[in-house]
Amino acid sequence: MESKFYDEDKLLIFKITDEIDDCNVQKIRRKADYEIERYMPKKVIFDFDSVTFMDSSGIGLIIGRYKFTNMLGGKLEVANLTQSVKKIFEMSGILKLIPVTEICY
Amino acid sequence: MIEQFENEMKIEFLSKATNEAFARITVAAFASQLDPTIEELADIKTAVSEAVTNCIIHAYENRQGIIKISAKIKENKLIIQISDNGNGIENVDVAKEPLYTTKPNLERSGMGFTIMESFMDSMEVESIVGLGTKITLTKIINKENRPSEEEFQKILTKE
Repeated sequence: MESKFYDEDKLLIFKITDEIDDCNVQKIRRKADYEIERYMPKKVIFDFDSVTFMDSSGIGLIIGRYKFTNMLGGKLEVANLTQSVKKIFEMSGILKLIPVTEICY
Repeated sequence: MIEQFENEMKIEFLSKATNEAFARITVAAFASQLDPTIEELADIKTAVSEAVTNCIIHAYENRQGIIKISAKIKENKLIIQISDNGNGIENVDVAKEPLYTTKPNLERSGMGFTIMESFMDSMEVESIVGLGTKITLTKIINKENRPSEEEFQKILTKE
């Protein structure tokens, strides 16, 4: 997973490049929490453009980071959802809570 | 009478998280002979991943155990069985409920069975406490609703 912090907007973007399953999710979670705590961003965006696989562990990952970001006074969004990622998020109902955006670099 | 299948495979592996990717990719590779769409293949991979994760996290609770997967093909039907010799499930109906999880502290969403059930055409759970669990997932690869090569060419030339 790559991350970039834009200081002027207090925006932290995570570009997930791993397959999101129970095996990889701990590593992603640890890195994300570390950086969110370090930068205290106003907005966190998870970019799913390069995600080739995700199962239900992705739901827990995003809900967990959503709560953590909120607790620190920031907002969380998800971006560039692939068809299969969208299907899983829609089923869980978290898209009623978390805004979806598109970003390009 | 023993049911006849056109093709069949079996794998066995240790209940390690690193094997989750191995399991879903192997089943997807086997399923690919049915010529599934990308979406159907993604559904199969996700369902297998959920089942294998359940074996590792719940059945064996990170102890080392054996997970068995068999897959069979009959016409356009893929039948996958995933079994373990782990803890078993006390109440299958409750476990199947969306958002139900026995491990909420680990950010488990409780959506595993819901995803398996809705991504596949059928799901059966047999479980005996102390002996293990067997999940049977069936997916029908629906080639009929897709245009044939000929029809596809027609559509292309019309445009």
